[in-house]
Amino acid sequence: MSRKVLVLGEIRDGQLRNVSFEAIAAGKIVAEGGEVIGVLLGESVSALGAELIQYGADRVVVVENEKLKQYTSDGYAQALLAVIDQEKPEALVFGHTALGKDLSPKVAAKLSSGLISDATAVEIAGGNVVFTRPIYSGKAFEKKIVTDGLIFATVRPNNIAPLEKDESRTGEVSSLSVEIKDLRTIIKDVIRKATEGVDLSEAKVVVAGGRGVKSAEGFEPLKELAAVLGGAVGASRGACDAEYCDYSLQIGQTGKVVTPDLYIACGISGAIQHLAGMSNSKVIVAINKDPEANIFKVADYGIVGDLFEVVPMLTEEFKKLKVHS
Amino acid sequence: MNIFVLMKRTFDTEEKITISGGKINEDGAEFIINPYDEYAIEEAIRVRDAHGGEVTVITVGTEESEKQLRTALAMGADKAVLINIEDDIENGDQFTTAKILAEYLKDKDADLILGGNVAIDGGSGQVGPRVAELLNIPYVTTITKLEIDGTKVVVTRDVEGDSEVIETSLPLLVTAQQGLNEPRYPSLPGIMKAKKKPLNELELDDLDLDEDDVEAKTKTIEIYLPAKKEAGKVLSGELADQVKELVHLLHTEAKVV
Repeated sequence: MSRKVLVLGEIRDGQLRNVSFEAIAAGKIVAEGGEVIGVLLGESVSALGAELIQYGADRVVVVENEKLKQYTSDGYAQALLAVIDQEKPEALVFGHTALGKDLSPKVAAKLSSGLISDATAVEIAGGNVVFTRPIYSGKAFEKKIVTDGLIFATVRPNNIAPLEKDESRTGEVSSLSVEIKDLRTIIKDVIRKATEGVDLSEAKVVVAGGRGVKSAEGFEPLKELAAVLGGAVGASRGACDAEYCDYSLQIGQTGKVVTPDLYIACGISGAIQHLAGMSNSKVIVAINKDPEANIFKVADYGIVGDLFEVVPMLTEEFKKLKVHS
Repeated sequence: MNIFVLMKRTFDTEEKITISGGKINEDGAEFIINPYDEYAIEEAIRVRDAHGGEVTVITVGTEESEKQLRTALAMGADKAVLINIEDDIENGDQFTTAKILAEYLKDKDADLILGGNVAIDGGSGQVGPRVAELLNIPYVTTITKLEIDGTKVVVTRDVEGDSEVIETSLPLLVTAQQGLNEPRYPSLPGIMKAKKKPLNELELDDLDLDEDDVEAKTKTIEIYLPAKKEAGKVLSGELADQVKELVHLLHTEAKVV
């Protein structure tokens, strides 16, 4: 059964986020041969439409309005509902990002629809569109289907592979004019303090520190390692509770759940609550003084040693590798 | 100020998860207030102490949730409401829960509704915004700071590590992010007092709802545990050699760098 699918493209710093291409790939599966329509909302964003098409969208609908320059749930919901009203899709896919998490339940409530959040895989099985999603922060997984109405899901970054970019693909980019009114929340200021450019939830490499890092300064070598690898820095609850770093870096059952290609745990003992947030990473490296530390049980590679010795050596070694390759 | 907190009873974060009969095994597990809801309860109490009013903690659950409601009362909430769905609903989803909560709240003239930004079990983070939409009030998710002046509200919100400062107004629904506050432990006098505070129990009938009105839109067809990882390779030898070997392995064997 083919379906018409709308996929919300998310823009940050003037560029489409990777998760939007992953959402298109998910949308393609859900569509079962039907049309996949990208949606872009913003002030001046239509130029990005072509890229959504190169990543697999059949066409793109753009709503441009100065009131959409910054994300607000009221503004985006009005624009999106206008697109939904025009296109009458049978399915919706968003990225499970801060924006997607904030907007999708509002839209679902408005449409009286179900919503499957934070999907890590999607397949067609037994005539159903089946989404896989972690529960208990990844301690278990569930497979879920929509039983009534619109198929609506958000997909977790870094889990569904995007389609190969095809620069020869073309399609229509049309615009829809929507009056945006009555914004009840107004963004007064944005304070940038995130992990110097690389977002933790989308990072391919995460270097995380625990209590073993011992101080805020102790995070410096970890930051250097992350910079060499183009990754982000994270932390365990222990390190956050000890005020070595901001809670926004916390990885675990409370905090963020990450699934990078490479997770390097430095001075992290591996409490169950931390493992929930990172154990589904593709490759895990543990560096810890204590050979009995729980973290070694989930690690693919381990070094028993002092992180303050090991991490700088690793940074140097990766630098050499980057020069040679 | 009329303040409500949406609370969920969840597994303790340190619990291991096992499955029996296709379901998560709850036998012998410790249950707690969802940690993000604890921040919401704490913030509600602080807002009440600063601005006056009353804090009511609501949960949709079963009799077993009474324990967590009593804990919230012991922290300092004034009233608790249990919407007991045990006899009516076997498989609810976020549509179900939000509809029930909104139906309860619709004539309560809430000024401020707080909840956690996500529950650590289901992890969908949908219920707060859904309830706000059903009540037609604004919402702000993942907040780390809340300042109220009359009906004017300034909220700081965590957005993937960055902070947004947002102006809005009451009535409002907010969901709590870590860092909002440091939830208090119930004091002994608090625990004694909590025993006498009102805990009202309702069922769907009392809200004029039928099972059909709140029937789930989604269904779980399978629950499973992730594949157990094989034991990894702990390197040995001189530290410098271990580091070289590790980088080599990550490059050639794991192919992640």
